[in-house]
Amino acid sequence: MSEPGALTLARNGGLLAPSGPRITPLALLGRSGAKRVFQRNVVVYRRGWKFLVSGFFEPFFYLVSIGLGLSKLVGVVHLDGHAFPYTVFVAPGLLAASAMNGAIFDCTFKIFFQLKIMKVYDSMLSTPLSPGDVAAGELLWALARGGLYCGVFICVMAGFGYVGTPWVVLCFPGAIFAGYAFAGVAMAGTSFMRSWQDFDFVFLVALPLFLFSATFYPLAVYPGWLQLVIRCTPLYQAVALLRGFDLGLFTWSLLGHVAYLVAMGSAGLAVTARRLARLVLP
Amino acid sequence: MPSVDAVIWARGLSKRFGDLVAVDGIDFDIAKGESFGFLGPNGAGKTSTMRMIACMSPKSAGTLRVLGMDPETDGPAIRGRIGLVPQDDSLDLQLTVLDNLMIYGRYFDLPKRVIRERAERLLAFAELSERADDTVEPLSGGMKRRLTIARALVSEPDLLILDEPTTGLDPQARHLLWDRLYRLKSEGVTLVITTHYMDEAEQLCDRLVVMDKGRIAASGPPSALIDRYSTKEVLELRFLGADPPGEALRGIGERIEVLPDRVLIYADDGEGAMGEVTDRGVEPTAWLVRRSSLEDVFLSLTGRTLID
Ligand SMILES: Nc1ncnc2c1ncn2[C@@H]1O[C@H](COP(=O)(O)OP(=O)(O)OP(=O)(O)O)[C@@H](O)[C@H]1O
Ligand SMILES: [Mg+2]
Repeated sequence: MSEPGALTLARNGGLLAPSGPRITPLALLGRSGAKRVFQRNVVVYRRGWKFLVSGFFEPFFYLVSIGLGLSKLVGVVHLDGHAFPYTVFVAPGLLAASAMNGAIFDCTFKIFFQLKIMKVYDSMLSTPLSPGDVAAGELLWALARGGLYCGVFICVMAGFGYVGTPWVVLCFPGAIFAGYAFAGVAMAGTSFMRSWQDFDFVFLVALPLFLFSATFYPLAVYPGWLQLVIRCTPLYQAVALLRGFDLGLFTWSLLGHVAYLVAMGSAGLAVTARRLARLVLP
Repeated sequence: MPSVDAVIWARGLSKRFGDLVAVDGIDFDIAKGESFGFLGPNGAGKTSTMRMIACMSPKSAGTLRVLGMDPETDGPAIRGRIGLVPQDDSLDLQLTVLDNLMIYGRYFDLPKRVIRERAERLLAFAELSERADDTVEPLSGGMKRRLTIARALVSEPDLLILDEPTTGLDPQARHLLWDRLYRLKSEGVTLVITTHYMDEAEQLCDRLVVMDKGRIAASGPPSALIDRYSTKEVLELRFLGADPPGEALRGIGERIEVLPDRVLIYADDGEGAMGEVTDRGVEPTAWLVRRSSLEDVFLSLTGRTLID
């Protein structure tokens, strides 16, 4: 009937898809199975809520250090013919970086721990939940938690007077898009990790992204070819989106950034679902 | 074609892991309300078969129907009607005892109120009511096993798959589970069980298969298997501090099984066989005659050193 190997994908797809036509990753987020996985996280963290608090300090540390230190040295930044105080310029960049870090933290260590150590997904996948539900539910949780932190971050920004225009409110959904992208890809990457040592790779990727994605200075400081490279990186896309919103610099390219982030998160989600099927339902 | 009342129907069912053939083309039907056992030595392929039935492992070849559906395409729908007690508990160690039932029930989309009411009864059955708010981690092995069994019942499944359910249970808990399984069976629930306890298989299973190296070595009701693969009686000889004298006993009874500490002589007349043993001047430390059991079927089918 079926040959080994050739049909493996189709077979796992069968176990993965609930029934009927293939479901797009975005639609997965709204399914009740994903909600159940999300609710499990709520119950787990209801007892461990103290861990959630740590995330509130991050914006303070970031913004205070920049406001007290760097901004004194830099002064003003010129962007698209406008001049912005350095704090205003850098704050949305830090917000994007914070969204990235939060998503990566939630979707690497935690997912690996639950997948390999606690075997949480083994029991989930003995129920009507599908691997897609599991991936989507965990991603929803990462988004909720990340959204909370980003909301706080934006409020702190406003409190310090580091916002550009009232359009900064758009940074909230913007940060969610960024979280979606990084959470999806981080989860997919985690599904390939074999041991805790492999996590060194996460820092190897996240740190240069953090430092070089036009987070701290405009893209214009790079030579032309390097600008092109940087433009392709995901954190640059998130930074550009949030900075555009915050400073009220609306261009069509913002839509491009959104599309990039959604595509990246969706690809990550789809890969994660497939990998979960392979790992947990061998 | 699968028969109408077959809850599980398998033909040529196989499972390969790379080069390793875990299940090698097995056929079986399990009817609704039946209690069906899979026996076999470690690595025979029992768990692999159970996982395919539970839609937790795609088959490598063959045909499989579960509850009239195809695990390849209807995995979630089938799993929604199955209760699974996996060989390793796979409890949610980040949750409390009660939440393990509550959250698991939610995966089946049951209303909270319904789950809470069932959870209360199931915790009482598992004798874990006092531990409801404790985390799972520090529970004893047997308590975890009981919780896993309770969890499998939360969704009130039509098909219950139990992979060595009583491993680690004390005798009282084991009998409580047996009672529960009889009740479920009388309510029409289909049971699929693996166990290494032959008395348990004899008690619980209407029919069973003995698997060995991924294949089915024999199948049928326990009593029929005993009739077919063993003699009416077994003479057990014990030899303390000496190697059992297998050679000296050659030819007595229908079959002789030499185990490390004792010799089993299969004969329809055990006392008569003992007479022959004495005639040959062999003096065991102790001896007894008993009726054949499933254990003898298992030994004869899965093979130890045979001397005829
Ligand atoms: N995920 C897996 N990957 C590779 N090999 C596997 C996997 N699961 C099982 N096997 C192999 O398949 C064979 C059958 O294993 P299985 O767990 O089905 O045996 P079993 O009859 O349940 O044994 P036991 O009585 O010890 O539980 C074994 O050789 C085992 O190593
Ligand atoms: Mg097993």
